[in-house]
Amino acid sequence: MNVAIVDYRAGNLTSVKQAFLRLGATVTITSQADELAFADRIVVPGVGHFSNTASLAATGLQAKILEAVDRGVPLLGICLGMQWFFQSSQEAPAIRGLGLMEGECEHFPSAVKSPHVGWNQLELRSASPLLRDVQDGSYVYFTHSFCAPITAETSAVSEYGRTFSAAVECGNIFGVQFHPEKSGRTGLKILANFCAEIC
Amino acid sequence: MLTKRIIACLDVSGGRVVKGVQFLGLRDAGDPAELAVAHCEAGTDEIVLLDISASHERRKTLVDIVRRTAEQLLIPFTVGGGIRTLEDAQSVMDAGADKVSVNSAAIARPELISEIANRFGSQAVVVAIDAKHEGNGSYDAFVNGGRRKTGLEAVCWARECETRGAGEILLTSMDRDGTTSGFDCDLTCRVASAVQIPVIASGGAGAPADFVEVFQRGHADAALAASILHYGRVTIAEIKQTLLQSDIPARWPC
Repeated sequence: MNVAIVDYRAGNLTSVKQAFLRLGATVTITSQADELAFADRIVVPGVGHFSNTASLAATGLQAKILEAVDRGVPLLGICLGMQWFFQSSQEAPAIRGLGLMEGECEHFPSAVKSPHVGWNQLELRSASPLLRDVQDGSYVYFTHSFCAPITAETSAVSEYGRTFSAAVECGNIFGVQFHPEKSGRTGLKILANFCAEIC
Repeated sequence: MLTKRIIACLDVSGGRVVKGVQFLGLRDAGDPAELAVAHCEAGTDEIVLLDISASHERRKTLVDIVRRTAEQLLIPFTVGGGIRTLEDAQSVMDAGADKVSVNSAAIARPELISEIANRFGSQAVVVAIDAKHEGNGSYDAFVNGGRRKTGLEAVCWARECETRGAGEILLTSMDRDGTTSGFDCDLTCRVASAVQIPVIASGGAGAPADFVEVFQRGHADAALAASILHYGRVTIAEIKQTLLQSDIPARWPC
């Protein structure tokens, strides 16, 4: 199992790598679009500003990621990586997301402290290969200021000042707003599901 | 619901976990990686590792400890102590830390906060503030392990840290540190109401009821404990069960 973690200069990738190594995967951290041709799984992690995702298109990574998805390679977006699947984000209105899911990512309402940092609960919305054997109400670790709307692809939601998409999936495309690599056994289970033959 | 976090802190010196009372009189409490894993299994929500002996010669030792600890942890892991430059931050992040904690160096050169935030994101920058009550309700920030007064008022400094891109404030009451007499809820409340970013209360944890107080009265987002956890005086389970009994959300069971 060769897991490629896409490096587009958006945060630290060591923790994500570490979690996949624990699952026995071979892990490549790469910013080279051509290297994605050899991946069995592609992970787009990322923390930071939505505008960082612009470099994915500029470097040709986006095209290669979408090619791999068309071949059936499962794709996992984590945090900013998941938000990139949507059409846009209030954080950087001029930058277009992939538009695989409808809607715009929005800032949390001003009634709650922002960023949303810490352990919050998942409310499962639909049967999901990614969340198989994950209990409703499980705690996972979040750290973000913008959140994704609820769409037909939402498989789990979480609540903080409003209800938002905590996990989305559509065919072999999966996204999680939380950090599975930092979410204890629950997170490791989710990454194991992603590595298993889920498609 | 977003839970209140309980964070286990490992003060490390010479490669071993130590814990002092009011920043002095250190006692040995064990191996950092082993203790981190034990706290994680016991239900702690995060681990903070502070190298209180940090110096250039020891930097490599610290990086090794961070790597060894990070390999085994599946919860957020913050490393601090002697982080003076972006390169220092890079070395512990590369070794597997999720966040770095800066203190003295950020006061000496506040741009460091934005530099680290720009490289790794704000969520990776924790600014530690060691505050001491100076009478008339004011708190001053201290540096160099609490040895030097800065003249900076703690609440003002916390606001500036937020503006410069800090993701969280780790607020230690020097008056309460290691005393197990309870958190300084007045200090915590002042800082927590002055900033939007999460505030981690530290210094003085003694009994499970202290955590209830610092969340209810101090409005902390997280609370940190060291000595009471290492010596097994109080368990994470006891703390979290006490929180739940007071209707404070906690990740339990986990």
